[in-house]
Amino acid sequence: MTKVEKIEINDYQTTNHEFLAPRRTRLKEFWHLFKQNRLAIAGLVIFVLFFITALAGLFLTSGHDPVFDPALVRLQEKLRSPFSQPKIDTLMPHEIPTVGVYVMGTDDLGRDVFARMLQGAWVSLTVGFVAVGISVFVGIFMGGIAGYFGQNHIRLDHILMVCLLFAAGIFIAMGEFFSGSAFLIVFLASVLLLFRSMNKMEMRGMSKWYGILKKDTISIDTLIMRIVDIMLCFPSFFLILTVVALLPASIYNIMIIIGLTSWMGTTRFVRAEFLSLREQDFVTAARALGVGNFRIIFRHMMPNAIAPVLVSATIGIATAILTEAGLSFLGFGVPPPHATWGNILSDGKRFIFDAPWLTFIPGIAILIVVLCFNLFGEGLRDTLNPKLKERH
Amino acid sequence: MLSFIGRSIIQKIITLFFVSVVSFLIIHLAPGKPSQVDPMNPKFTPEMVERFRLEFHLDKPLHTQYLYFYRDLFTGKTVSWKDNQSVLKKIWERFLNSLPLFIVGTILTWTLSFPIGIRSAIFRGGFYDRSTTFLAYLLISIPGFFFAYILIIFVVTHFHVPVIGMETFGLGASSWIRVAMDRVWHLLIPSILGATGGIAVLSRYVRSQMLEVEGQDYVRTARAKGLPPDQVHYKHALRNALLPFVTMFGLILPGLIGGSVIIESIFSWPGMGRMAYEAILARDYPVILTVNFVSAVLVLAGTFISDLLYLVVDPRIRL
Repeated sequence: MTKVEKIEINDYQTTNHEFLAPRRTRLKEFWHLFKQNRLAIAGLVIFVLFFITALAGLFLTSGHDPVFDPALVRLQEKLRSPFSQPKIDTLMPHEIPTVGVYVMGTDDLGRDVFARMLQGAWVSLTVGFVAVGISVFVGIFMGGIAGYFGQNHIRLDHILMVCLLFAAGIFIAMGEFFSGSAFLIVFLASVLLLFRSMNKMEMRGMSKWYGILKKDTISIDTLIMRIVDIMLCFPSFFLILTVVALLPASIYNIMIIIGLTSWMGTTRFVRAEFLSLREQDFVTAARALGVGNFRIIFRHMMPNAIAPVLVSATIGIATAILTEAGLSFLGFGVPPPHATWGNILSDGKRFIFDAPWLTFIPGIAILIVVLCFNLFGEGLRDTLNPKLKERH
Repeated sequence: MLSFIGRSIIQKIITLFFVSVVSFLIIHLAPGKPSQVDPMNPKFTPEMVERFRLEFHLDKPLHTQYLYFYRDLFTGKTVSWKDNQSVLKKIWERFLNSLPLFIVGTILTWTLSFPIGIRSAIFRGGFYDRSTTFLAYLLISIPGFFFAYILIIFVVTHFHVPVIGMETFGLGASSWIRVAMDRVWHLLIPSILGATGGIAVLSRYVRSQMLEVEGQDYVRTARAKGLPPDQVHYKHALRNALLPFVTMFGLILPGLIGGSVIIESIFSWPGMGRMAYEAILARDYPVILTVNFVSAVLVLAGTFISDLLYLVVDPRIRL
């Protein structure tokens, strides 16, 4: 390409721009609107600070010889108030706090609350993000299927197959491998049979039986929405509490359970968005061009449906952090080697009059972080609202 | 209308059936057996465990256990594993304890959030609106147990009244007014705590609903023809904004049994939530399952009532 041509192209672009309305990218437009919401900006700033703190907490409190040791017990220094000087002569050299004072005091075992809070920040952050990640993933998956493939019906043979697979799974889980594998073999055989007979079904004399198997039962949409209804019938905190209490205590179980009990809202949003999007022209055009289903879903429809999901995910993180704190408070939370804000508070409640900082520091920390997620989420909702966009 | 009612009742019964199956499976497939609850107890000999298993059909296959359990539940014969008392009777006693908390909490929620929401919608963007918005977010974000401790410290140090439990122990011989005040103090703080989240959410909802109606053409018409602002706000706008809230009456029904586990355990309130919590700790499966089942029934009944109310209130909906 010669220089002259390049200039011409540039020229063409600039002249063309003069006739168009001043165009901002989506992101710029979003930022322009978002900037006006001061509460949401404050939420974003605190969120970033919290994120940095949590990351720093991970690096400073883990490893073999951490900078701040959250598990170091100094029984002679228990329940010291914030900013108190350590009694140097009673401590071993490695027991002296890193910054010289107990920034947030010590708890009933003389552990440095500052170090424990740093460690807890990371735990809260991961619990929030992983739980919401799971719930958004399940929600988008279920909602996407219900919205896009919802009109298709489930046939009787599908149900039979799922039943076979389930039976096999349950038998194997109960330790009866013989009957389990028998069911599995029947399942595989019927899959093979169905695939083969799909081609030459009329040739067989068994087409009548086959017709019964091919009978439509309910649509996928109905099935998924009924599952959502069933899940909504459970009182959520009680369900989480039950399952957490029955399963062995671990941080991963808590994340997974919070995630698996909170996907219903996302499913409903995504389904509603997909139902309206799939009737729109650009989807028809994409389908006419021969674009595959999954490319249509993920490349064309999902970006248009993601706004309400983002909002509910942000607020979901806040809820997940609160739920984890509540579980820790009741004694079902993340087990002891990890400090979380919930269990610092729950340990500190016994000393509420002698050592109020053990209650107030984690309580206020949880409050601020949850508040920032809520404010940020509401700001996102206002900004992403298309009704608001037209006005500016 | 009748066909709608029939269809939705059938649908709800099917949902209920699946809820019962799922909750039964969750409880019984989870690791850990109820017969291992108390292995350190010397009275819990293997013979006892065996008798226990026989008595509660734990030696039968899962589907038989399911049938036995729900047969017992519907004939009212389910007993708690912990103390052999009838589960329904236990739940009823605890329910009566939780009821005052629920009633006071609901009254607080519904009487406070409407004026707050309406006022902040009318003065949109003003100081009042902004401060209630911030306050609402604050109340949604505060962990309930932390707020409970702040309130307890505040009340105990400033008013010198005991607040833990349902009533002060050993107050029997005092005058009736003292006893009544004592009950009120004990009731007030947990109900306020139970209501905070509701007030925050509901007032925001009232505000957005009100704002939406205030933007409608008929409100502008009313204002343009010179009606006094009060009449426009409260007669033209408010009446239409109230529509969705009628249906929410049905949705508060599940709150009857939910109770708050955390608040009831902080205040040692012998209510539903605390009973459920104790049942979980003791692996008292019949109690857990019954609470779950009853609350599912209440959720379904609540949605059914709200659908019906919507039909009655909104003439635009025809089936």
